[in-house]
Amino acid sequence: MSAAQLSDFEIVAREDLSPATFLLEVRHPMMAKAARAGQFVIVMSHAEGERIPLTIADFDRARGTVTLVIQAVGKTTREMQQSCTVGGTLYGLVGPMGVPSPIGQARKVVCVGGGLGVAPIFPQARGFKEAGAYVIAVLGFRSKDLVFWEDKFRACCDELILCTDDGSAGIKGLVTEGIRQAIEKHPDIDEVVAIGPPVMMKGCAEATRPHGIRTIVSLNPIMVDGTGMCGGCRVKIGDEVKFACVDGPDFDGHLVDFDDLMTRLRRYRSEEQAALERWSEQCRLMAAADQKEQPAPAQAKR
Amino acid sequence: MAAKKKKTIRTIPQQRTAAREQEAAARVKNFAEVTFAYDAKAALVESERCLMCPDQPCVRGCPVGIDIPRFIDAIAQKNLRAAYDVIAETNLLPAVCGRVCPQETQCEGVCTVGDTLEPVAIGRLERYVGDNAIENGWVNNPYIEPNGMRVGIVGSGPAGMACAADLAKAGCEVTVFEAFHQPGGVLRYGIPDFRLPNAVIDAEIDNLRKIGVRFECNTLVGRLFTIAQMRDEMGFDAVFIGTGAGYPSMLGIPGDSLNGVLSANELLTRCNLMRAKDFPNVDTPMPLGRRVAVIGAGNTAMDAMRVCLRLGAEKVTCVYRRSRTEAPARVEEVHHAEEEGVEFHWLTAPVAVLDDGQGGVRGMRCVRMELGEPDSSGRRRPVPVPGSEFDFDCDQVVYAIGTNANPIIGQTAKLKLDKRGYIATDDDFATSMAGVYAGGDIVTGAATVIEAMGAGRRAARSIKAYLGLGATLPGASPQALFGIPPGERNYVRVRIA
Repeated sequence: MSAAQLSDFEIVAREDLSPATFLLEVRHPMMAKAARAGQFVIVMSHAEGERIPLTIADFDRARGTVTLVIQAVGKTTREMQQSCTVGGTLYGLVGPMGVPSPIGQARKVVCVGGGLGVAPIFPQARGFKEAGAYVIAVLGFRSKDLVFWEDKFRACCDELILCTDDGSAGIKGLVTEGIRQAIEKHPDIDEVVAIGPPVMMKGCAEATRPHGIRTIVSLNPIMVDGTGMCGGCRVKIGDEVKFACVDGPDFDGHLVDFDDLMTRLRRYRSEEQAALERWSEQCRLMAAADQKEQPAPAQAKR
Repeated sequence: MAAKKKKTIRTIPQQRTAAREQEAAARVKNFAEVTFAYDAKAALVESERCLMCPDQPCVRGCPVGIDIPRFIDAIAQKNLRAAYDVIAETNLLPAVCGRVCPQETQCEGVCTVGDTLEPVAIGRLERYVGDNAIENGWVNNPYIEPNGMRVGIVGSGPAGMACAADLAKAGCEVTVFEAFHQPGGVLRYGIPDFRLPNAVIDAEIDNLRKIGVRFECNTLVGRLFTIAQMRDEMGFDAVFIGTGAGYPSMLGIPGDSLNGVLSANELLTRCNLMRAKDFPNVDTPMPLGRRVAVIGAGNTAMDAMRVCLRLGAEKVTCVYRRSRTEAPARVEEVHHAEEEGVEFHWLTAPVAVLDDGQGGVRGMRCVRMELGEPDSSGRRRPVPVPGSEFDFDCDQVVYAIGTNANPIIGQTAKLKLDKRGYIATDDDFATSMAGVYAGGDIVTGAATVIEAMGAGRRAARSIKAYLGLGATLPGASPQALFGIPPGERNYVRVRIA
């Protein structure tokens, strides 16, 4: 192994999973080799960009790539949805960060993914399957047209419970309903792993608490460096304060203070809102200018 | 050359030459440097103040043993290039060290002139030489004979840079790995522009590149590959770990996790490295406080307070449980912070951060302290004054109370750590893994830039000895700080550029 190129990481594939969710496969052979389920990366899309943490959704050691699934919600992610194309590059990509998920002795596990959490739960489900466990996947989406990776999960899980808010695919209800059904059918579940929005992970932890089933959640608080240096990602776990970047991101869901996490995630809400509005306005102005100057199909701008 | 007249304490200029500074009222509105460099005339006058005393306490007071009288003499003879050459023998970063070293406890603290008058302004003279070197593009590129040895360095801060420089000069192929997207470590993310402009760091990094040092950013060693892999699979003959301490301490008081409470590291990294002071022209947001309380009185605390003022805070308060005498910051930084309007609450300890009911901060509860008996550090232990609790309003609280050992290398390498989680090394900076050395804050806990550089340089000597590159380690000479005898050259031959 020798030091590879460690800047300007090439995007080798992109897939749009839904109007707001897209997948990037990025070339980084060293990271593909090092990555383990449960770890995350920090991405900077350009030199003036912010550092955003993203859980690794997949890695392919043979192709030398890592896969990230991104939801376009704020300025940075919407800009990436426009600018990240195959053949393009990411300015910064560092990782894998965090302690890998311990995929150990559990013989029967439920892997729960909600919305964007569906992507990062995939390597865990696959990891458990490879370790010989019986794997039940519970995947939650708002509606049928937002569903992705159903086939990938079917290929590596023993059972799949699909949940949609409106019942347009699978069962109607939240992932907690899927967990309830799984527990009812399998009284011998050793472990539940849940990744998704904090409110969903909180619901999962509450659903398993009465049954005393070990429940692991993956936390994604605001971070700057991702190496333990800034302390922005501190979370309350029982009586202790931990840094999600180096002590996690996986923690015991029954000990996590989710309300504290949700409050801390709102820290920059007004700045985030302002940045998004400002950017949207710039996009509108640019589009208007393009139309004026050039009635022909607009060129991609960077 | 004519014989020089003997200088005495009576014949030298009596007053220390002042360095021009931006007015406090103006500078709190910008991030430009506070202290201007000496001009040629000021430098010349100040250089005349050195007595050229035979004892040379200043050289022993310098962690890397710069031949201070010799470089000052070169300034006095108006030969700046020669002055630079003298400094470059032992210190690769004069423009940095002239700005950020705590000279008052090092060279200037033991200066002979200082026994009677104000000490010679060695730091300012060093910066004057360093800035001139950058401006004129002077570099002492040594003639380097490659020796085929490859050394990997983890961390591009002062320890890593110093170690890289010495090993590259010795002919090793050196690669420095950095987790951030830009090299420089604490110089880049920690120290604000008004104390150390980015251009100075860029220039120093370029100088290292010119002697063949490679920088690989975006690389989290321990997770992307381990220390053992560097040695066993990636072909590095030796490894130096200089990752810094950098796991910020929180106080553990009620209100710690409120929005509006953040570490100085986070504030400074957002502002310095991520340029968040330019938000929304850059994407990283900056937490802006109107009334800010900063806990701690070290250099990092002073930097955090002065950054907050420049970001537009109306009021910045320093809360420190000991008195001004015990404050660990450079004297100049406390003085500058005071001039800029920071309000100091000495002998005051935080009790709780007060909740505004929406997850934010509305104020702080503190208690007055008094100094009791000396503690294990020899400083008088602060003890709370009963019944002296009081509240004050603030909307942001910054913790600058030090750091703990970063756990990543410890989590991922079978290295012996000490009780506090720092890497354990012997006197030669060797860790428990063969061929793996460590130095700087990750060994000692938080210290200064120049101390980290001293550690990096001494570790480089040990690595050279380990690789059989001639340098044998002498027994600790009583004169030598960090094991480097004063005036020792750290390269073989110089080709004047």
